[in-house]
Amino acid sequence: MLEGIFVDGLIFSIMVIGILISFRVMDFADLTCEGSVAAGAAIATVHIVNGGSIIVALLLAFLVGALAGGVTAVIHNKFKIPGLLAGILTMTMLYSINLRIMGNRANIPLLKSETFFDKVENLFPFLPSSVASLIGITLVVLLIKAVVDIFFRTDLGLSLGALGGNEQMVISQGINPEYLKIMGIGVSNGLIALSGGLLAQYQGFADGNLGQGMIVQGLAGIMIGEFLFSSNRISLITLRAILGAIIYKALMFLGRKYGYIIHITPNDFKLLTGVLVIISLWVASGRSKASARSAKKNAIQRSLDRTGEIK
Amino acid sequence: MIEINNLTKVFYPGTVNEKVALENVSLNVEAGEIVCVIGSNGSGKSTLFNLISGSYPVTNGQIIFKDKDVTKMPEYKRAQYIGRIFQDPTKGTAANMTIEDNLITASSKGWKSLKISLNNARRKEFKELLIPIGLQERLKDNVGLLSGGQRQALTLLMTIMSNPEVILLDEHTAALDPRNADIVMDLTQKYIAEKNLTAMMVTHNMKFAIEFGTRLIMMDEGKIILDVKGEEKKRLTVEKLLEIFKNIKNEEFTNDEGLLNV
Repeated sequence: MLEGIFVDGLIFSIMVIGILISFRVMDFADLTCEGSVAAGAAIATVHIVNGGSIIVALLLAFLVGALAGGVTAVIHNKFKIPGLLAGILTMTMLYSINLRIMGNRANIPLLKSETFFDKVENLFPFLPSSVASLIGITLVVLLIKAVVDIFFRTDLGLSLGALGGNEQMVISQGINPEYLKIMGIGVSNGLIALSGGLLAQYQGFADGNLGQGMIVQGLAGIMIGEFLFSSNRISLITLRAILGAIIYKALMFLGRKYGYIIHITPNDFKLLTGVLVIISLWVASGRSKASARSAKKNAIQRSLDRTGEIK
Repeated sequence: MIEINNLTKVFYPGTVNEKVALENVSLNVEAGEIVCVIGSNGSGKSTLFNLISGSYPVTNGQIIFKDKDVTKMPEYKRAQYIGRIFQDPTKGTAANMTIEDNLITASSKGWKSLKISLNNARRKEFKELLIPIGLQERLKDNVGLLSGGQRQALTLLMTIMSNPEVILLDEHTAALDPRNADIVMDLTQKYIAEKNLTAMMVTHNMKFAIEFGTRLIMMDEGKIILDVKGEEKKRLTVEKLLEIFKNIKNEEFTNDEGLLNV
């Protein structure tokens, strides 16, 4: 049971890292997510059902997501429409495309095929299957986290961060912001779709409606993570996103298990998730005010310590 | 270095809001020249800068950098040659990143690679560079925590680091308090001299425009109405400048006098 929460949370955390890249690092409100997570699930499932390998299935999921993200960025660049609208357009179009990928079926079961999780269970026959799944997904998430952390320390990754902070600065540095957006939103949605591909294998089916409400859930995960600690280091930022994702899934699990006591049903979860995001925003705004106050205090102290320098 | 031929910019052409911001302006800035641009609000100074840097498309005319026509070149490509500092201190730096990340991003122009350039050797180098602006101990602080003066000084440092050939300074000290404005201005002069840069600077401070630089341009209603350099510029005084302005305008300019602070 506990392992289940962690596996669920870790799969979800890959998506949260993807959303973190678009929403937080690039400051680009990208809703492609809801379509790309289902697209990743669809293509991975179809590939596995047709006897393809799991690695290729996951790579395909990443590529489809990256392509979807790229389309969003191109729409945003070429027609000068807000990222939000560009994302909604891609997401809506993806709904049809996903059904096409799945051969015009609303869902495809994966029960008869060997999935990623079956593979790791076979790898560790001496362990309970849930523990083996947990080990497998933990390794995948750690690998992704390491790659993302390293990427954002490279010059290219830093310029993506600069784009989120100040687009003019990126232009002044002689970098085409349009290419950066295609790349960043592409990587973001690639990870989201990869998460979808793993999710389909874990729950045993792909579904055209898989993405519904995912963006708000992902934001909830990010915000819960931001409660834990504040940092400007990318390795800690991705770490808290992963922890936030797991905590979110744990909260939802508790809601499903014990929610009946206070008459909460799974039907209420979308409402509760939204409320959770709003509460997070509220607390975060209070905290940023408090930290601004303490920063001011520190600045005054510093200026008292060393006069004669620039205040 | 910069050759501008018959440059015209019309905003909102064909609408009731049509406005000619720049009218048939020609200007040739030689390498190594330091040009101060003065003029009242709405005279076209900022428009001229925005056209040179490529922020706005040109309505008519031609801009040439080092014998290369850049009139249609996008802003990010022209940025290879140009370093630009805005009046708004927040425009030159990324607030969500640390000082060292900002510096490393600014240390080279153009598309970045998957290389990790930030290492301890670079950090040491950055520390040295930051000493004149007193930020040497704050490499890992987010730029958002800095004051306007510190941010503008950092922007100046970053602009110089990326080795531009021309710098455009658009009233880059106007938003700062007098003390910080002086510090940033001193640094500006120092770096321009050190790197032998070609510079264009918009300022509202007439006294400064006279003392600083090798050439002075006055703009009014989208045209260059005065262009002095060399010995002639050295002999210029604020009173003389105001008188020239009055004669050229040939009218009382109580409004403009208020806008140009002496």
